[in-house]
Formats: sequence, C-alpha cells, structure tokens
Amino acid sequence: PAFGLFLFTIARDPLRIIILIAGAFFWLVSLLLSSLIWFIAVKASDPRDEQLQKGLLIFGVMFSVLLQEAFRFLYYKLLRKAIEGLVALSEDGCSPISIQQMAYVAGVGFGLMSGAFSMINLLADALGPGTVGIHGDSQLYFLTSAFMTMVLIFLHTFWGILFFHGCEHRRWWEITAVVVMHLTVSGSSFCNPLYVGSLVPSYLLMAAAAAWAYLLSGGSAQNLRRFLLCK
Amino acid sequence: MTELSAHLPQFQHGQVTENFPDTHLSNTNDNSERRRHDNTERRRNDRPESETNGQPQNNIQQVVEQDEEEDEELTLKYGAKHVIMLFVPVTLCMVVVVATIKSVSFYTRKDGQLIYTPFTEETETVGQRALNSILNAAIMISVIIVMTILLVVLYKYRCYKVIHGWLIISSLLLLFFFSFIYLGEVFKTYNVAMDYITVALMIWNFGVVGMICIHWKGPLRLQQAYLIMISALMALVFIKYLPEWTAWLILAVISVYDLIAVLCPKGPLRMLVETAQERNETLFPALIYSSTMVWLVNMAEEDPEAQRKASKNSTYDKQAAARQTQNEDAEADDGGFSQEWQQQRDNRIGPIESTPESRAAVQALPSNSQTSEDPEERGVKLGLGDFIFYSVLVGKASATASGDWNTTLACFVAILIGLCLTLLLLAIFKKALPALPISITFGLVFYFATDNLVQPFMDQLAFHQFYI
Repeated sequence: PAFGLFLFTIARDPLRIIILIAGAFFWLVSLLLSSLIWFIAVKASDPRDEQLQKGLLIFGVMFSVLLQEAFRFLYYKLLRKAIEGLVALSEDGCSPISIQQMAYVAGVGFGLMSGAFSMINLLADALGPGTVGIHGDSQLYFLTSAFMTMVLIFLHTFWGILFFHGCEHRRWWEITAVVVMHLTVSGSSFCNPLYVGSLVPSYLLMAAAAAWAYLLSGGSAQNLRRFLLCK
Repeated sequence: MTELSAHLPQFQHGQVTENFPDTHLSNTNDNSERRRHDNTERRRNDRPESETNGQPQNNIQQVVEQDEEEDEELTLKYGAKHVIMLFVPVTLCMVVVVATIKSVSFYTRKDGQLIYTPFTEETETVGQRALNSILNAAIMISVIIVMTILLVVLYKYRCYKVIHGWLIISSLLLLFFFSFIYLGEVFKTYNVAMDYITVALMIWNFGVVGMICIHWKGPLRLQQAYLIMISALMALVFIKYLPEWTAWLILAVISVYDLIAVLCPKGPLRMLVETAQERNETLFPALIYSSTMVWLVNMAEEDPEAQRKASKNSTYDKQAAARQTQNEDAEADDGGFSQEWQQQRDNRIGPIESTPESRAAVQALPSNSQTSEDPEERGVKLGLGDFIFYSVLVGKASATASGDWNTTLACFVAILIGLCLTLLLLAIFKKALPALPISITFGLVFYFATDNLVQPFMDQLAFHQFYI
C-alpha cells in the first residue's frame, strides 16, 4: 500500500521525489547513528548475558526512536529553508509545493525507508526454502511482520504531517504527542510474540493519528462523506 | 581464461576511454544557454559582465525583463526535472546490475583477475593483502590516467579518426562479446536451452542496432537504453574481476582522481571539456549519457508549440546531415543542443559567421523567443563512467555484503542523494563538475557503516521482532 501511495501521489512531481529520497536519507542517517551507539554499547558489554543484551537492545530501540524524531526535526528545518528558497525564486510569490505536501512526502520517505529496512531481508528469506516457526516460534511471523511494517509506514506518514504541523504552529504538545506515540508503538512491539499486545494498539494509534492528520490537513467529516459518496 | 585475458586488454582500452571522459558531469550545452540566462539576469542587476553581449541588449531589454522571472522559475523547476531525468537511468542501471548479481552466480564467482590487477588478494596476512590491494589500485589508476592523457592529447591534436576507431572497437567488443557472455550466463542460470543459431541472430541484431544507435542516429530512448545496458555490462565485468579490497580502494581513488582531473586547471578532463567548448563541439556520443533530447520528444507529444520545434528539428537534421558529410563526424547525434540551437538561430537570423562576438551577440537574442523553448536547451549530461562506477558500488554491495538488501538499499539512497547534491552544485556553479566524488563518498561511507553497524542491529531487531 505504501508503494501504491508513492506511485499515485508522488511519482508525478519530480520535486516530491527528491524530497522523498532526501527523507529516506535522513531516516537512514538516524538509523546509522543509533546503531553506532548500540554497537558501542554492545561491544562494551558482556556478550553472553542474555538479559543484558536484550536490555541493551531495548535501550537501542528507544534511543533510535528519539534520534529518528530528532532527524525529522532537522529535516523540517531543512525543508523550511528550501521553501524559502523556492518562494524567492518562483514567479508568483508562492512556492510550487506547500509545507503540508512536503510533510506528507517526508513522512512517506521516512516510512518507506523504515519499512524497507524492516521487511526486505525478511522477504528475501521468505523466497527461500524453510518453514515458519519450526523452532517453536510463532507461525505467524511473516504475516505479523508484514502488518506491523505496513502500520509503521502509515504511522510515519501521519507523524510527518503532525510533526510538521506542530513545528509550523509552534504547538509543542503536538510534537511531544508524536514522539510519545512513536515510543509507544516501538514499545508495544516489545511484547512480541504476543502479537495482540503490539498489533492492536498500533493499529488503534494509527487510526487516531490518521484522523488527527486528516483534520489538521483541512478535512472534515463532511468532506469525507462527500468524497465517499462521490458527490 | 587466457582467451578472456587476451580480449580484455583490448576491451580495457575501450573501457578506459569510456571511463575517463565520462567521469564528469557536464552541462556543456547548458553553458551557452546558462550564460545567456545569466546575462539576462545580470542585466537586470546591472552587473558589469553584461557588456559581453554587445549591442542587441538595449533593444530587447523589456522583453528580457518579463522573461527573467520565468527563466529563474524555470531554472528551478527544471532543475528538479533534470534530477529526475538522471535518477531514472542511474536507478535502472543499478537495478539491472543488482538483479543480475543476485540471480546469475557467474558474476560472483572468482574466476581469476584481470591483468591490470596482478596481485592476488588471497594472502595469508592482512598486511600482505592490504599491500597487494594498494598496488593493484595503483596500477589500475595509473592505467586510467595514462589513457586519459592519451585521449586528451589525441583530441587536442584533432586525431578524431583514431579516437573514433578506438571507441568503435571498444563498443563493438562490449556489445557483442560481453553481451554474448552475459546472455550465456543468464541462460545457464535459468536452465534455458538455446541453440547457437538463435543466439547468433539475437546477438548480431542487438549489437548492430546498438552500434547504430550509439554512434550514429537513433531514437533517443533506444540510445539511452543501450547506454544503460553497456554501462551495466561494464559494471558487471568490474564486479566480477576485481577483488574485494582492490575494488573499494579503486572506487575511492577514482573519485579523488575525478575531483582533481575535472577541477584543476591542468586536469585532463577539464582540458577536454574546455577544448570541446572552444570548438563548440559535443563530446563523444558513445561516452556520455544525455537527457536533453528527451525534452524535445516530450514537448512534441504534448505541446502544440512543439510542432514548430519539430520543423526546426527537421531543418536541424538536414543541417546535421550536411555537417556530417562535411566533417565525417558522427558527433552530432547525441542531442548537442548548442549546435542545434545555433543552427536554428542561423536559420532565423541569417548565416552569421561564428565569431565569438557574434556568437555572444546572438546568444542574447533568444529572449524574444517563447519560454517554452527553454526546456529544450536545458539538458544534463552524465558520463558513462559515472554510471559504471555507481553500479559497481551498488553491485559490490549487494554481492558481498552481509547485510544484503539493507546495505544495497542504503548505498542506493546514498548515491542518489550524492547525485542530487552534485546537480545542485552544478546549478550553482554552472560548469562541468565531477559527478563521482560526492556520491561515491556517501556510498562508501554508507556501505561500510551499514554493513558493520546497522546490520547487527537490524538482525537483532528482526529476531526479536522489535520495531523502531
């Protein structure tokens, strides 16, 4: 679905593609830094202690979430500057792309990259021989991974919109809400393989974020009704 | 294997010629147009350089004014468009290389090394291996430098025949021999039975059409497709025959060399580009990927005004044909817009002697033309060597990384971002720039970082099914 989003909404406009790739790049850099930290932590600790490793991993995840949001903020700053440049250069004083569109595209960029990184090795392995969950792990591994990834990609998109909106209007509570949501979602994934603990809250949060982003972007219940009834 | 090495030196010559002039990104044809636009902008800002354009300025001042903002806006909008026009072929090339590496095991088997990299990397100690790879890289780079200088010298002394012969032989080799091997390996992988006659027919057709498209005239899309294919083939050969550390070292050194060769005043590539600009010729069509003509085709499809342009093109073609019979020069076919544009100007204004002053004067004129003509002239050219080395990086990443797809993806994004930045710099500096350094640096950094740092992290996350 995310790829479909990409095709329909972004692939037409070259500027959006660039913003998308740059968003993916920023996410990648944040991932790099967070894994650097984790790596250092792991190397500095005892590799045999399982609990410690798991704890370190959890710490790594949290840190990575925070870093991702920090990079989203940096990206926002960069896009602000870019918009000013575009406005200055455009003929009628308004930029060819609005900040909301940029927020959307940035969110998709982040989401696509994170989704790709989460899923692609899995997919490659899925092509090969083997049985899922033969060692007593859950048999739904692939399915749940797929769903989780999808929900994450969507969430990134919505968080992008919310985040940029919050930065635009200086509403810090919006930004903290996004960060908290991200932390919650990642945290809920710690309950895996108890999937009900992670998938359900994530989907609920996604629905909430979707509604919020929709309202922020100027939609309303009437718009939705009109759109659905094709008036 | 011996037979392969015997062919390879010949091919290597070809490869290197493809290599070096291409390791730069140029908008030589853009330059004349950019100069024009710069001049129009500067006239508004009353900067002193505007005198270069001579008399026609005063007459067209007002017309210029309205066109300026459109010019600037166009600059940026089409800046994005050009980035995409380059993204697509680079992506395609990388996709082809990665797909081949993943599926055809031939290209990841170690079947020996080229004679250009005589030192083996299967040594006992790490130090020995490092030394060997440094020596290998040094030999390779010196070969490339020698070839570059040779080509520049030939170009300066107008030995066009030699250069053309060289290029033709190398592209012949690529198109026939390497695609034959490639096809053979693909068939082996998928266990497809094929007889020699069919193969001969296919390769013959492929090769001949390729030669025509690249060196002579042909539909732009087809020419671009062929250039992408031969870049991918070259990259595959590199990936196969270069040992590990040597490959990374060569990538690093060649980006440094690219930087030096294009930006230093005495650098061979810079001299090549400047000589080409002085003589107002395009660089060799077989070595450069151009995106310019795409605009023409697009405009012709969707813009009524393009009908007129289409007629101009026909005049261009006749002129080009005439020019070709005059100079026996096959260089006019790659969408060299500076010539085409000048031809059109000559048509409209009457034959003007191509002196620098008149050229400058004429360059100021087209502001009275429609702005829709502008996109025609804004094309970006990327050398084939850049394609090759980007693909080598991504291909090596996908072949030998423990992180596999993650690393490949990371390198891919890194290279695209590098390309973006390079094009941005190009738009700012408006002269030929090396396309390799930034992208390759990003790519290398991301490759090593992802492979060693991110991969364990992601593995652990996937194992526990945590999500970040």
